[in-house]
Amino acid sequence: MNEVSIPAAAIKRNVRMALRVNGEEHDVLFAPYKTLLEVLREDLNLTGTKHGCELGECGACAVLIDGKPVLSCLELALECEGRRIETIEGLAHGAELHPLQTAFADLGAAQCGYCTPAILMTAKALLEEEPNPSRERIKAAISGNLCRCTGYQQIYEAIEAAAARMWEADVRRQEANL
Amino acid sequence: MSAREHFNVIGKPRRRVDGRAKVMGQTRFADDIALPRMLHAKLLRSPHPHAAIVSIDTSRAEKHPGIHLILTGRDFPIAFGIIPVSQDEYPLARDRVRYVGEPVAAVIAKDEQTAAEAADLIDVQYRKLRTISSLEEALASSAAALEFPEVRLHKHAEQGNIHCTQAFEFGDVDEALENSDHLFEDIFFYEGNTHLPIEQHASVAAVDRDGKLTLWSSTQVPHYIHRALARALAVPAPQIRVIACPNGGGFGGKCDLHNHEVVVSRAALRLGRPVKICLTREEVFYMHRGRHPVLMKLRTGVTRDGKLTGMHLQTLLDGGAYSSYGAVSTLYTGALQTITYDLPRYKFEGCRTFTNKPPCGAKRGHGTVQPRFGQEVQLDKIATKLSIDPAELRLNMIVPPNSLTANWLKIGTIGLTECIRTVVDRSDWKNRRGKLPSGRGLGIACGAYLCGAGLPIYFNTMPHSGVQVLLDRSGQVTVFCGATEIGQGSDDVLAAIVSEVLGVEPSDVRCITGDTGITPVDLGSYSSRVTVMMGNAAIQAAERVREPIAAAAAELLRVTADRIAFAGGRVFVAENPSKSLRFREAVEFAETKFGTLGAVGSYTPPRPPGHYKGSGVGPSPAYSYTAVVVEVDIDIETGWLTVPKVWVAHDIGRAINPVLARGQVEGSIYMGLGEALMEEQAYRRLPPKLSDALVHKTPSLLEYKSLTSLDMPEVDTVLIEDPDPNCPFGAKEVGQGPLLPVMPAVANAVFNAIGVRIDEVPITADKILKALALKAQGKEPRIGPERFPAVPYRVPFLVPPPWEGGDGHSVKEPSKRADLTKELVTS
Repeated sequence: MNEVSIPAAAIKRNVRMALRVNGEEHDVLFAPYKTLLEVLREDLNLTGTKHGCELGECGACAVLIDGKPVLSCLELALECEGRRIETIEGLAHGAELHPLQTAFADLGAAQCGYCTPAILMTAKALLEEEPNPSRERIKAAISGNLCRCTGYQQIYEAIEAAAARMWEADVRRQEANL
Repeated sequence: MSAREHFNVIGKPRRRVDGRAKVMGQTRFADDIALPRMLHAKLLRSPHPHAAIVSIDTSRAEKHPGIHLILTGRDFPIAFGIIPVSQDEYPLARDRVRYVGEPVAAVIAKDEQTAAEAADLIDVQYRKLRTISSLEEALASSAAALEFPEVRLHKHAEQGNIHCTQAFEFGDVDEALENSDHLFEDIFFYEGNTHLPIEQHASVAAVDRDGKLTLWSSTQVPHYIHRALARALAVPAPQIRVIACPNGGGFGGKCDLHNHEVVVSRAALRLGRPVKICLTREEVFYMHRGRHPVLMKLRTGVTRDGKLTGMHLQTLLDGGAYSSYGAVSTLYTGALQTITYDLPRYKFEGCRTFTNKPPCGAKRGHGTVQPRFGQEVQLDKIATKLSIDPAELRLNMIVPPNSLTANWLKIGTIGLTECIRTVVDRSDWKNRRGKLPSGRGLGIACGAYLCGAGLPIYFNTMPHSGVQVLLDRSGQVTVFCGATEIGQGSDDVLAAIVSEVLGVEPSDVRCITGDTGITPVDLGSYSSRVTVMMGNAAIQAAERVREPIAAAAAELLRVTADRIAFAGGRVFVAENPSKSLRFREAVEFAETKFGTLGAVGSYTPPRPPGHYKGSGVGPSPAYSYTAVVVEVDIDIETGWLTVPKVWVAHDIGRAINPVLARGQVEGSIYMGLGEALMEEQAYRRLPPKLSDALVHKTPSLLEYKSLTSLDMPEVDTVLIEDPDPNCPFGAKEVGQGPLLPVMPAVANAVFNAIGVRIDEVPITADKILKALALKAQGKEPRIGPERFPAVPYRVPFLVPPPWEGGDGHSVKEPSKRADLTKELVTS
């Protein structure tokens, strides 16, 4: 296989790009080898997204791209232009917590809180696709997110509680619209 | 402390005080810190397990653009180590490397990428030395060391590559064993495993505006780091401030002073700019400090009705390349065998060896986990042999409350009986055990743990925890404590206790913790000490600051101060709550009357009753107890083991916040199942044509297996509440104890399911298949270590147990030590 030789300086030359994160356009200048995780944390100061391996193994860096959970440590930021990126910083509605956040905080689903942002984002994607998931579906959905603190049970319960609350709110909204 | 049973905060399920930040992604972990002009550090690590450093040439690296500083061992002349008697590590290796991954040089550059590139340009010449790769090699090399001094890892080692040995005998154990109806002798092996916090260690050091050094770090023990860093840098401690950031999980892995913490501190002092480092996951595996691999032998005497007569426990620890907590870990492998079941006589011999692997240290349950596995599996064998139900066997010999053990530990409350009964009832043990379908079985085991180590790691008689409470006229309550939030909820415990005493809400309390620059000393988040020690200090501080408020309120409400009560944000007359003030009004009046309001409280554990040398490891203000039943389901074709359900009951004294307490129990069950079934910090030799180096088998999260959500069983958790008078509102520990019974309960369930004994962890499918094959061939269906080597333990201290007329001292100091070479030759 022929290797194309690129001068080292060129690899490091910053690129400029518009990234849409949590509904806001950001004009970012970054080294082209950087992952989305690195650009979020280091160039946009969105440190709510965490890292535990930077090899796609622990799930701590999950964000949503176009509504789907993606490991941001395996995604080049270069490839994210024009895509809809959602991080933990955009989950709450202003100062008001998302029902998943409320449930996680109230029901002990966050202990050290390090894997929490990624699990919340993964759970958000699950509930958008499947508003009333079974326990088995919840387990499968977060099976790529390692948590060393909780033993997962309070996480399942929090996702179920949030799903129930969101369901009720939906029903109320529909009734109000009738 | 108030003896009342009605609480407004304590015992109520609540959102933890730092819960909102955690779900918002706002908790600021060490790697989330970025400072102006910050530089980045990368460590060059040894590729050899054991080698002499011949030369280090940094000239090529220095020419790399973007480099600010390169440091090597020459820049760090002072050795460090967490235990004062064994300071044997250098921040960067000076003459010798002793494990793959040991830091050799550091590069500080404009960014992480540049630092990594420059690190590759450093030329280090090594001369390889013989690798000590196992317990057996460590023992054997002790003899060889007489001839070849370089096979000795450390000159301070007790003999050869034996770091240290410990030995105690509480009553004549040989006599007790001889006079027993049955004698059980078993050898077990507990493989090492690691903490695996999802947060990789990170540190930022900076010289602050006042010219002092500040270190932000992922550490569980900022006070110890503060002291150790001052020594390692030769900078006076008042010139250093250590801030423990909230940890993204600790589990004991952030309890040492780590090489990188010293390196970035030195670099920041040298450069006058902030310097940051964040380790990669592979580096965390190589830094380790986790669970020691332990080979152990238990000889236990039993009467025909199932009472223990005596026990002789020998342990042999693979300590890795440096001391770390090892001397204490070794003592802990013997300290807590006496606190669950009546044991009239007990002998313990422990030995820790040095090998060319990352150092082992403290992990959840520190040192007590491995012998607990052996003890609880052996009890299952005893129950089988005597045809006694294993739950009944244990129930018949539980240590009485308020008693002394053979090794002079003071037991206070003990809720183990209720724990066992609870898990037996809830698992329907009596009806289901032995009647499950083929391949399924139930196993039971118990455990016990400290509520804080009775002594600090450096000798002093000062308090173990201090708390300061400050109030201002707005009614704001600020509480300061050196305790460290590692996810376990220590800030929430602090806020809960202070708010309970002052009658306000936990969310009204601002917690400032883990900062040696502004908080009173607390020894740190280890040994399950925080709830009890910080909690007692917090009660004292809050009660002291309440006094002037009560006096002021009493004056306004025209009663005596002893009639004043605090609850619901009000200060009122206890028997007539309508006569009341808002908390804020009472504080305002008190500040007017007495001046600025504040108070400190502190806590020192009770003096332990034992007085022999080594008796400092084991004492605690209280002990927690746990019982666990595990159900297993084994596919006998593949050996695959699944755990459908776990029942656990934990004697917590009282739960401060039941939501968090339950989380700690279930997290312990989770981590215990990982240790029982899959987690291994194991090593292999690279092929000789590569380098023959001793490397970690699985230094990644993909290969180092841990339980995912799909592997985790349902857990039925019950908290047994029997308040302990030594504990704040009666609350004992909950973070470590529930882990201990899990591994033996799994092993016992395997025996119940398929009639084979796996006398080691992890219990993997290949071992189960091998054991089943042995069973099919009519051989002893057991997988486990076959022999225990001759170990030159020191001559034991003889300490008569309390019931044999002792006073807690050893009767004579042992003088002679076993002759090492002779022992090895004759064995």
